[in-house]
Amino acid sequence: MEDYKQTKGRIFDIQKFSIHDGDGIRTIVFLKGCVLRCRWCCNPESQEYKIQTMIVAGEPKVIGRDVTVEEVMKTVEQDRPYYYRSGGGLTLSGGESLCQPGFARDLLRAAKDRGINTAMESMACAKYEVIESILPYLDHYLLDIKHMNPAKHKEFTGKSNELMLENAKKIARSGRTRLSIRIPVIPTFNDSVEEIRAIAKYARELGNVEKVHLLPYHRLGQDKYDGLGREYLMKDIVPPAPGHMEKLRKAAEMESGLNCQIGG
Amino acid sequence: MGLYQYEITDIKKTERIDRLIANLFAKMPEIESARARLITESYKETENEPMIIRRAKAFAHILENIPIIIRDDELVVGSSTIAPRGCQTYPEFSYEWLEAEFDTVATRSADPFYISEEAKREIREADRYWKGKTTSELATAYMEPETLTAMEHNMFTPGNYFYNGVGHVTVQYEKVLAIGYEGIRAEAAKLLSECDLGDGNYARKARFLQAVIISCDAVIAYAGRYASLAKELASKCGDAARRAELLQISANCSKVPAKGAETFYEACQSFWFVQQLLQLESSGHSISPGRFDQYMYPYYEADRKKGTLSKGFAQELIDCIWVKLNDLNKCRDAASAEGFAGYSLFQNLIAGGQNGDGVDVTNDLSFMTIQASMHVQLPQPSFSVRVWNGTPHEFLIKAAELTRTGVGLPAYYNDEVIIPALINRGLTLKDAREYNIIGCVEPQKAGKTEGWHDAAFFNMCRPMELVFSQGKDKGVQVGVVTKPIEEMTEFEEFYDAYKAQMNYMIKLLVNADNAIDVAHAERCPLPFLSCMVDDCMNRGLSVQEGGAIYNFTGPQGFGVANMADALYAVKTLVFDEHKATLKEFKEAMATNYGKGLTKEMVGDMTAQIASGLKAAGKEIGEKEITAIMKTVIETSEMPAVKENGERLLKLIDGVPKFGNDIPEVDAFARDVAYTYTRPLQEYKNPRGGIYQAGLYPVSANVPLGAQTGATPDGRLAGTPVADGVSPSAGKDVNGPTAAANSVARLDHYIASNGTLFNQKFHPSALSGREGLEKFVALIRAYFDQKGSHMQFNVVSRETLLDAQKNPEKYKHLVVRVAGYSALFTTLSRSLQDDIINRTEQGFGA
Repeated sequence: MEDYKQTKGRIFDIQKFSIHDGDGIRTIVFLKGCVLRCRWCCNPESQEYKIQTMIVAGEPKVIGRDVTVEEVMKTVEQDRPYYYRSGGGLTLSGGESLCQPGFARDLLRAAKDRGINTAMESMACAKYEVIESILPYLDHYLLDIKHMNPAKHKEFTGKSNELMLENAKKIARSGRTRLSIRIPVIPTFNDSVEEIRAIAKYARELGNVEKVHLLPYHRLGQDKYDGLGREYLMKDIVPPAPGHMEKLRKAAEMESGLNCQIGG
Repeated sequence: MGLYQYEITDIKKTERIDRLIANLFAKMPEIESARARLITESYKETENEPMIIRRAKAFAHILENIPIIIRDDELVVGSSTIAPRGCQTYPEFSYEWLEAEFDTVATRSADPFYISEEAKREIREADRYWKGKTTSELATAYMEPETLTAMEHNMFTPGNYFYNGVGHVTVQYEKVLAIGYEGIRAEAAKLLSECDLGDGNYARKARFLQAVIISCDAVIAYAGRYASLAKELASKCGDAARRAELLQISANCSKVPAKGAETFYEACQSFWFVQQLLQLESSGHSISPGRFDQYMYPYYEADRKKGTLSKGFAQELIDCIWVKLNDLNKCRDAASAEGFAGYSLFQNLIAGGQNGDGVDVTNDLSFMTIQASMHVQLPQPSFSVRVWNGTPHEFLIKAAELTRTGVGLPAYYNDEVIIPALINRGLTLKDAREYNIIGCVEPQKAGKTEGWHDAAFFNMCRPMELVFSQGKDKGVQVGVVTKPIEEMTEFEEFYDAYKAQMNYMIKLLVNADNAIDVAHAERCPLPFLSCMVDDCMNRGLSVQEGGAIYNFTGPQGFGVANMADALYAVKTLVFDEHKATLKEFKEAMATNYGKGLTKEMVGDMTAQIASGLKAAGKEIGEKEITAIMKTVIETSEMPAVKENGERLLKLIDGVPKFGNDIPEVDAFARDVAYTYTRPLQEYKNPRGGIYQAGLYPVSANVPLGAQTGATPDGRLAGTPVADGVSPSAGKDVNGPTAAANSVARLDHYIASNGTLFNQKFHPSALSGREGLEKFVALIRAYFDQKGSHMQFNVVSRETLLDAQKNPEKYKHLVVRVAGYSALFTTLSRSLQDDIINRTEQGFGA
């Protein structure tokens, strides 16, 4: 049955030649819709599932379109020569891909069927059964862990972190996918050595983690808030200094015993 | 034979190299007059002798008398001017432009040169002799009137060889290194002794061989002058270390290039004299060292085995040569300076690749040449690397490290395309495998080829303009009369009209190039260069007269992307979807899509209307002209005109463009490129060779774009034309992989004179080992799809903007312009803007 290639989903962008999100040269498909509302989110247009209009460079732009797996794969396959030479492939991002579980699963499945390596950036914020249905088609899970303190997590992202942390354990234990932990480093939220160390400790305890990435906060998404008519709550936040990032990286490396790097 | 051994460790730069560079760039380059004076003196004395002998005697007279200098700290010596980065003049090719520009050459925006009053006087004095004696005047006399008309109307520009020497060659450096000019002289003497007075070609051959002998003697004596000077300087030198260096230099110069080199140091010195003196013989640029890592390797290997050469010293010598390559310079006329901006001499030097047996021969020196470009961070040599499936990964990583420095080097070339492309042009498999690159991107076999690689700029947009005017430009019938666009009912008719205009212009281009070719053979045969190209000596002919084994003429077309987008837009909007008419296109183009007319456009249009009225029998005086001009300007500003322009631009914007990995559009572009490459290859040149197309613009896409009206792809009048085979600036919106996929869909094999694909990267794209790996993967994947060439600019937009504002802070900032690297601050403002505006690929962090 080829039906799964007709599965529909909603995306807001496809970005080729992505070189900071997984191995090699990758094509990222951004799925629309997210369960969290992180204050620093650099893709605020990803949060709502509904199709929106955003002002981009003075012009209104429709954000979000409904596509089939087959249509997406046509674009993904165009860069095969680069995947082959670099060990790259498809990466799902968002939003939270797990908000569209069937679509995410079938996209990954279609890629695997065609011999294309797969990765997914996700917070694991869904029922584990949903995640489990995806794992057979996922080569590399790029799992976001933002904070170990449930209250602070809730304050800054809108949701507590218990489910995600629990899922992280199950994913690691399953042994069915490569697992990397990605930590967005956000001043005023989690940029202290203690906070980063706490996440690093958790990463160590998970086992089966390949690498830890510290992703420094940046302001590239700021204009988008204006474009959506929303207020940007992080206006006064300055990106972490390189020296501080290096300090955090060392702390994370010491604590986790894992290879830690700055950036994706 | 097994694989060559190589080590990849970095070698440190010595302080000497920094001092040499600082000295070289301390002042604005200067024009010197010695050569002009000397060649004129010699020519006056040899009026009735055979041209080849006159050339040799003039060369000898120059080498005997031109002032020489050994600069501080130099280890490898030989300078054509006393001033660093100075240049001599070459009145035998053309001179009038320089006199006309004497007072502006120091203040012009592209490539300024200082010139002293004394030098002006001396050059002016010499020039008086040259009236009616230059290659450019003779070439003009060989051209047909319609060809001259087409050139006046900027349909194509063979300016390079029309006004200058040809250059564009790689000679047999290995032969000079092995047997020296005494050896070559002996060969010539032997061949001469074997000539029989009764042979049909005796007269020509004997004089040619005598000219070779005169040239070899002249070069040996010239090196001797350096040997004496070094000795003299040593005797006065208080510093013991420098004294020893000068004595070594003296010893080197008394041995090479007269005799074969025995050490790596001698080989370096011998190489340099060849490289320097080729450029003093003629004013040609793109005299390309080629496979330096291959012909220098035996000397390096022998010294290393003997234990007499450290890697550090070998690297220092290579670095010294790299600096010296920037000491040579050339002053071009103001218009050409824009087209070849950046004081570039295009001395292309290539590392890596296969030998004649198809074995990869990347070696220590291949890595050290990359290291040298990293050390000096200068535009010369135009450094290139060869890539094939057998290329060591570490070699490409090292090359990518050089790319990451932002120097715009190296350019990457694909053996898997170039070798079969050359075989298709008649090279043997062995010769094709040994190719190197000339100038910007032009492949050929060293020491056997006279490729005339940079024979003209052919602007593919201009014939498109002619389609809308039935071949008229500014009221003059320049092209052929094609069907009025108003009567066209099918796309094929439109496309056929474009092809008809193309075919005709290509024929005129051939007429122009062949006329220039003949003029060079008659007036400026080059005996010194010819003694290092097979089979000149045996045939008794200079390369200019057809002495080389492989002969080509390679004029380069540009604007493929514009024409692909233009024809596709016309097909879609006019004939498939009926959303616009050709008449609307015509009006929109004539009024620059309602975006305002340039002064030139008003003038052109006025001339066109006036000539139409005249033809209809009306009297046109100054008053009428003023009235027409007024009407033209007013019409272009009418709201209806602006609306039509806006509407069309919007429609065109909605049509898919080349460069976005859309197979249908890309297939169309491939066909459009054939309108240039296919007709051209049917023509022959006077040396018995064929024409072959290149698809690259050097930097002429900017100045020649300024002479081009609005085009149906929505490009506005006077703006740059697309660069090489790259997509139109800003039209490739899907990133570097999509652009590369599109470009790879063109036929790179048929454009055997080279294609040029530019990408610009932000340094973040190449950060860390991982960044290098991904960058190399990008090149590999483009080459897997049979792209031929790729080059990169790695600088941030902010850096470039800042450099525009504060040029003094960025004296050394090198960017990749087109086929070469240049100092950003020396480029004209418009070219700087073009570089900044090229789509910046490599988003991400």
